[in-house]
Amino acid sequence: MVKSILLVGVGGQGTILASKLLTAGLMEAGYDVKMSEIHGMSQRGGSVSTHVRYGEKVESPVIELGGADILVSFEMMEALRWLRYLRKDGKVVVNNFKINSMPILCGLADYPTGILEELSEKTTTIVVDAAQEAVKIGNAKVMNVILLGTIVKLMGLEGINWDKIIRDNVKPKFIDVNLKAIKVGMDLV
Amino acid sequence: MKKLLTGNEAIARGAWEAGVRFASAYPGTPSTEILENIATYKEDILAEWAPNEKVALESAIGASYVGARALASMKHVGLNVAADPLFTVSYTGINGGLVIITADDVGMHSSQNEQDNRNYARAAKIPMFEPSDSQEAKDMIKEAFEISEEYGTPVLFRVTTRVCHSKGIVECGDRKNVEIREYVKDVKKRVPVPAHTPAMRDRVEERLNKLEEFSNSTPWNYIELHDTRIGVVASGCSYRFAKEVFGDSASYLKLGFTNPLPKRLMKEFASKVDKIYVIEEDDPIIENELKALGIQCFGKDVFPYQGEMTPDVIRKAVYGQAKETIEYDTNKVVSRPPTYCAGCPHRGLMYELGKRKNTIISGDIGCYALGFAEPYNAMDWSTCMGASISMAHGAQKVLNTKEDNNIRVVSIIGDSTFFHTGINSLLNVAYNKSNTINVILDNRITAMTGHQENPGTGYTLQGEKTVFVDIEALVKACGIKNVRAINPNNLKEVKEALDWAYSLDEASVIITKWPCVLKKLSEEDKEEFKDAFKTKCSVDSEKCVGCKMCTKTGCPAISFDKIEKKAKIDPNSCVGCEVCLQVCPVKAIGKVEA
Ligand SMILES: Cc1ncc(C[n+]2csc(CCOP(=O)(O)OP(=O)(O)O)c2C)c(N)n1
Ligand code: SF4
Ligand code: SF4
Repeated sequence: MVKSILLVGVGGQGTILASKLLTAGLMEAGYDVKMSEIHGMSQRGGSVSTHVRYGEKVESPVIELGGADILVSFEMMEALRWLRYLRKDGKVVVNNFKINSMPILCGLADYPTGILEELSEKTTTIVVDAAQEAVKIGNAKVMNVILLGTIVKLMGLEGINWDKIIRDNVKPKFIDVNLKAIKVGMDLV
Repeated sequence: MKKLLTGNEAIARGAWEAGVRFASAYPGTPSTEILENIATYKEDILAEWAPNEKVALESAIGASYVGARALASMKHVGLNVAADPLFTVSYTGINGGLVIITADDVGMHSSQNEQDNRNYARAAKIPMFEPSDSQEAKDMIKEAFEISEEYGTPVLFRVTTRVCHSKGIVECGDRKNVEIREYVKDVKKRVPVPAHTPAMRDRVEERLNKLEEFSNSTPWNYIELHDTRIGVVASGCSYRFAKEVFGDSASYLKLGFTNPLPKRLMKEFASKVDKIYVIEEDDPIIENELKALGIQCFGKDVFPYQGEMTPDVIRKAVYGQAKETIEYDTNKVVSRPPTYCAGCPHRGLMYELGKRKNTIISGDIGCYALGFAEPYNAMDWSTCMGASISMAHGAQKVLNTKEDNNIRVVSIIGDSTFFHTGINSLLNVAYNKSNTINVILDNRITAMTGHQENPGTGYTLQGEKTVFVDIEALVKACGIKNVRAINPNNLKEVKEALDWAYSLDEASVIITKWPCVLKKLSEEDKEEFKDAFKTKCSVDSEKCVGCKMCTKTGCPAISFDKIEKKAKIDPNSCVGCEVCLQVCPVKAIGKVEA
């Protein structure tokens, strides 16, 4: 069985590192892995998505509409933007964190209300406060690895040696806080 | 050794394993990381950023002529720029293996069009490979060099955004030591004058015939038989997408070598399956070839002509519906367009220029092009790189013939784009006596594509120091008399420079000089732009009257609190460019030390 994980967010939120760690772990565990990322405009605050697929043999690097087992959104409104990629009975992990887009900043639109309610109404939704948790362990930037922790737990990937993956892929200075972050994430869900 | 690599990383690895010695490119999504990765093999490969794709290909041709394995890489539209040498190197042939990588942006994720560069392979009579994933990308690039040398031809290597930017597991090998071949002067082969070209033309045709035989027999083109009621013909990533949908419930003709197409193999496949679907992105090239062979098939009559043939697209086309999805009110979601970064040096110019009346703004390609949108609305049109200055010229010339014309045409172009193909356009402006206003937005880097060095930055791709091009001197040498360099973060300076340019009845150039916030500043930048990004600004909420003027600068660090009716600046993203500070009518924004 091929599993599909969709990570979405806003350029600069660290989805790239989270997916790099995730795919490195899956490869280490012996899965065939494919990952796809379209990042043309990501540096300039656009919406970003990373598709991760793993199993015995993966053909398409892309998750199709209605094909994701889990949708992990680093930003609240993005969860709704990408919801059609989720399987009918898939799970959403949504970070309780808002980033205003330019139309909102310029006053041309309002940040939508009732997103969490809408999500919960439609499918199994797990709301996490990754930003707050990141600050608690001393570095606001590790929000991404906390969210990775939630994926590990929900997809049953706890058996992979994540400590090693983090040590191999993260700058020495940030290893400890990321080791903490992934555990925090796993405990959140 | 197994590694998880993107298609671009795999191509770089394959080029290194193939013994490549010279590589040149101009950046362009989705191809950019190919050269960035090749550049890391400093000991073995000379890797360069060329000012444009034509120069990149020509450099690679020279390297090949004297015997080295060489490559040039570019995005699809880059091959338009390099088309001139492409068509003739097909005639002259090569010495060391020569591979040209074209990265087509199927789905137009970050490009101005969706052209299918398989057409170039046919038009220029050059063989083509099309990998479907990272492993194939690495293996095929090695094969491409072998074929190039065996048949004495340049080879086109077509990848698409999905292949370039997807990762897969790749089995890596060692570098093959390929010596530089001997150079023997042979004008009959390398000087395409009328006395030589008919024979060259014959050689091209003979080569194509031999290559068709190769196409029929190479393991890169193969038949995969399962259930024979449906037969799928596909190349590139479409094959992976099709397998995802049909699995073993269809048979496949998988094409990895796509010019010339393997006619015999196609007929053989057609004789084994009941119903054929041709699944290809962009143009119906394989489909038309099948039809020309008298083989019935379904292609663009079933599948969309635009975009990627992802599994959902195939499912919808073949079965009438994709997988079930969760439906909800999509109107709830507000768009999230890319915007200028906080502190972007393009902001000041766009803010001032967007306010000008009786002005047409001729745009170009780069970060500054985002100025077309709200809140600046500072662009009327754009076409391709370098075109802003020349289009402005043509437009202004015609407008000037109208008696009551009061419209001025302003072109805006980035530093890298100016070096790419803007210089020749500016020569034209001076030579043909235009009176256009031309702004070169010199942010000291090629920003849009992820911050590559260029002839104005003083550094090469492999990190060596080199000469800086002095844009001001260059512009003057082109024959432009009226030239001013300004700091775009100083709105008064911007406004005065524009007033000055509008007052002239001759062509002018304004150069805005300030580094991109995301640029890793060089020693020279730190020297030249001493206080860049060292301060921050904040709003004094006592003084703020809630007029929202500062939000019109379009800075993502500024937000407006609708309840308190006050503007706020996020200290984590503000870099203190002071553009908003100058816009605030009640001086509520002040500087704070970072
Ligand atoms: C022929 C061609 N080659 C490459 C590209 C890709 N491309 C788009 S913008 C850009 C760079 C723009 O750099 P610059 O002019 O310095 O503007 P900046 O992004 O720094 O504002 C490139 C290389 C393209 N669109 N067309
Ligand atoms: S990357 Fe640089 S040039 Fe592009 S929007 Fe950001 S600051 Fe401006
Ligand atoms: S000074 Fe103003 S415009 Fe400049 S980065 Fe800060 S908030 Fe944005």
